[in-house]
Amino acid sequence: MISETGTQREKEIKIIGFLCNWCSYGGADTAGVCRFKQPTDLRIIRIPCTGRMDPLFVVKALIYGADGVLVSGCHPKDCHYAVGNLYARRRMELLKRFLPFIGIDTNRFRYTWVSASEGQLWQQVVTEFSEEIHRLGPNAGLNEKMDAETALSLFNTK
Amino acid sequence: MRIGVFICKCGTNIAKTVDTEAVARKALEYPDVVYATDYMYTCSEPGQEEIREAITKHRLQGVVVAACTPRMHEPTFRRAVEKAGLNRYMFEQANIREHVSWVNNDRESNTLKAMDLVHMAVEKLRLNHPLFSSKVPINKRVLVIGGGVAGIQAALDCSEGGLDVVMVEREATIGGKMAKLDKTFPTIDCSSCILGPKMVDISQKENISLHAYSEIESVSGYIGNFKVKIRKKATYVDWNACTGCGECTQKCPSKKTHDKFNEGLGSTTAINIPFPQAIPKRARINAESCLYLTKGKCRKCEKVCPADAIRFDMEDEIITEEVGAIVVATGYDMFDYSVYGEYGGGRYPDVITSLQYERILSASGPYGGHIVRPSDGREPKDIVFLSCVGSRDASVGRPYCSGVCCMYIAKQAIITRDHLPDCNCYVSYMDIRSPGKNYDEFVRRAQEEYGINYIRGRVGKIYPKGNRLIVQGVDTLMGVQMDIEADLVVLATGLEASDGARELAEKLRISYDQYGWYMESHPKLRPVETNTAGVYLAGVCQGPKDIPASVAQGSAAAAKVLVLFSRDTIETDPQVAFVNERVCISCGKCIEVCPFGAIQWKTLRDGSQKAEVLPTVCQGCGLCNATCPPKAVQLQHCTDDQILAEVNAVCE
Repeated sequence: MISETGTQREKEIKIIGFLCNWCSYGGADTAGVCRFKQPTDLRIIRIPCTGRMDPLFVVKALIYGADGVLVSGCHPKDCHYAVGNLYARRRMELLKRFLPFIGIDTNRFRYTWVSASEGQLWQQVVTEFSEEIHRLGPNAGLNEKMDAETALSLFNTK
Repeated sequence: MRIGVFICKCGTNIAKTVDTEAVARKALEYPDVVYATDYMYTCSEPGQEEIREAITKHRLQGVVVAACTPRMHEPTFRRAVEKAGLNRYMFEQANIREHVSWVNNDRESNTLKAMDLVHMAVEKLRLNHPLFSSKVPINKRVLVIGGGVAGIQAALDCSEGGLDVVMVEREATIGGKMAKLDKTFPTIDCSSCILGPKMVDISQKENISLHAYSEIESVSGYIGNFKVKIRKKATYVDWNACTGCGECTQKCPSKKTHDKFNEGLGSTTAINIPFPQAIPKRARINAESCLYLTKGKCRKCEKVCPADAIRFDMEDEIITEEVGAIVVATGYDMFDYSVYGEYGGGRYPDVITSLQYERILSASGPYGGHIVRPSDGREPKDIVFLSCVGSRDASVGRPYCSGVCCMYIAKQAIITRDHLPDCNCYVSYMDIRSPGKNYDEFVRRAQEEYGINYIRGRVGKIYPKGNRLIVQGVDTLMGVQMDIEADLVVLATGLEASDGARELAEKLRISYDQYGWYMESHPKLRPVETNTAGVYLAGVCQGPKDIPASVAQGSAAAAKVLVLFSRDTIETDPQVAFVNERVCISCGKCIEVCPFGAIQWKTLRDGSQKAEVLPTVCQGCGLCNATCPPKAVQLQHCTDDQILAEVNAVCE
């Protein structure tokens, strides 16, 4: 039954979430405990801290075929390891500007801060980001043939 | 590797919206998986037994459990695989409850998602290696931050247990809010009579060192070995010399100083002792109102002090204390009553807060325990108590119930009727919340025995008429408008996180919620632990609660500290960074970024320098791993290869 529809659903949107163990992973747990309904596209990878995030994880995920990548950690100044998320913030901000150069729409990547108590915020973040990725459609990755206009439009994001 | 996969149904919690059988069948297709099954409650004893049996029977080398969040049961399952002879780190947990079955009802999508998560866990597990902890000694001293009743209880229990205790209190005296109270509900026993002896104990126990009028400057280190810098704020009085005789307070000419202990009712002198039972009973000069410190002339106190204790040149001093555990008991502040402009708090002198009323009732208060109006010193004939001022009101950002106001209103009204039998007491309330032993009976007594008029409704406006106040609102039970002429209005202000709570949390690396209350590790099962090992919570800093609950938490936190200190060493988490010396290019970037100073240079035999991780200091954040240009530093159990294997599993 599953395998039948599984083939059909293989093109389902897949979003990878990198969540820090102390805040956002806990926030996602809180959302679960409170039964805050969310879309099912997200696959969460637990990391100790957003400071653990190598920007290349995001790039590789998007090249391998993930349709979106969400990174979430503790609010700045509330890092379990004091400063990890501050490093993450700089790296992620830089990465955002770099993505268009390899032909990836920046909107496929988002980073955010959600604490362990903010289940409702987590629901909101997941719902909004999933909607955004559904709007963008499946990620063609680096194979996508792009005309110049589309390529340039990648740089005109918020 | 031979991997076994166990899918938990969690009763119906997971099985209701995830086809666990299909997930187990699918798991057999993943590489290295030799055994897969689903089970009703994997965390139960028979469930764990099944894992252990499968490990033996199928010669498993690694185990994946797909169940609830690893933040819940990872330790449980690690112990289970360890019992069967595996290394505890040859285990991975996929979260298919909080992240799957509880957040969507689409069985088909959920099942596919669960399969992906199991696949990711399997791929990660394939790259796991056995890890072994090391042991570090514990410094068996405990720091208690906050000298209110919760902190006092924690400190005394720890001290009784034979520990060295360091107590830091922001104010010039310990005692916290409870020291300001006149009586306590539901027994109406005298607050200072029950707290006083405990405060004295703090000062007399030889193994408690008290730093009053001090604040936490910074905290470094980790469970078992914290280093805490404490700022001892300048008091301009040498507390080693001061005897607390009070001679200086008699002579100080600056008599209009804000009296913080009396909640701003009346005034005190620039050099003062907060209240007669203060611990430590030492004088302190308020630099903002001292004539010498502001205008350069006076020094009267210096002349009269028989102990020569005055030090006008005193400056803040930073001291360092080393402790193994920290109990946070920083309490709360009262909601700012001026937020409700329509009540006139702050504009009308006879609209006061409940804590101010406590000071009025208190025999050691500004009016010697006589109930009089702050404006003209007249005895009130009618008093209105307003509940929920800054509680259960989302419009002022306080949607939570402060939990204690209903009870203290009943107490204050009862005491009022005791003092002034002819005084009419009215209570305007939304609902009465009185769960607790003998609590509801107490409120009933207030209504039935003491004849206090309870009016259900909400007050909309308070305005002056002559020298009285008109309290205007609605009586929702009678369905009529309510206008009461009152001499005194007491606002039952709610509790809020204390000033500076967030900044302190950031220093301690603990979490707080949107209101600033500190977050416990688990709302039911780990109520006094935080997510930072070795830091415990007690009292209202974790959320509104009354004195019995605060004391219980104080004792609970002390018990946790004593449990931690019952061993001489602590096992470190081996999920730490590790340097591959052959790949290291000696750039030193990891040393620069490490927040814990856990990486240092190591000289090899050929004289070259390479980075080296101190496994007992490393906290496993992985910042160095992300920073290292050639990826020579790898966070064990969360290596780049493992994270990318998980990414690959999703994208396949």
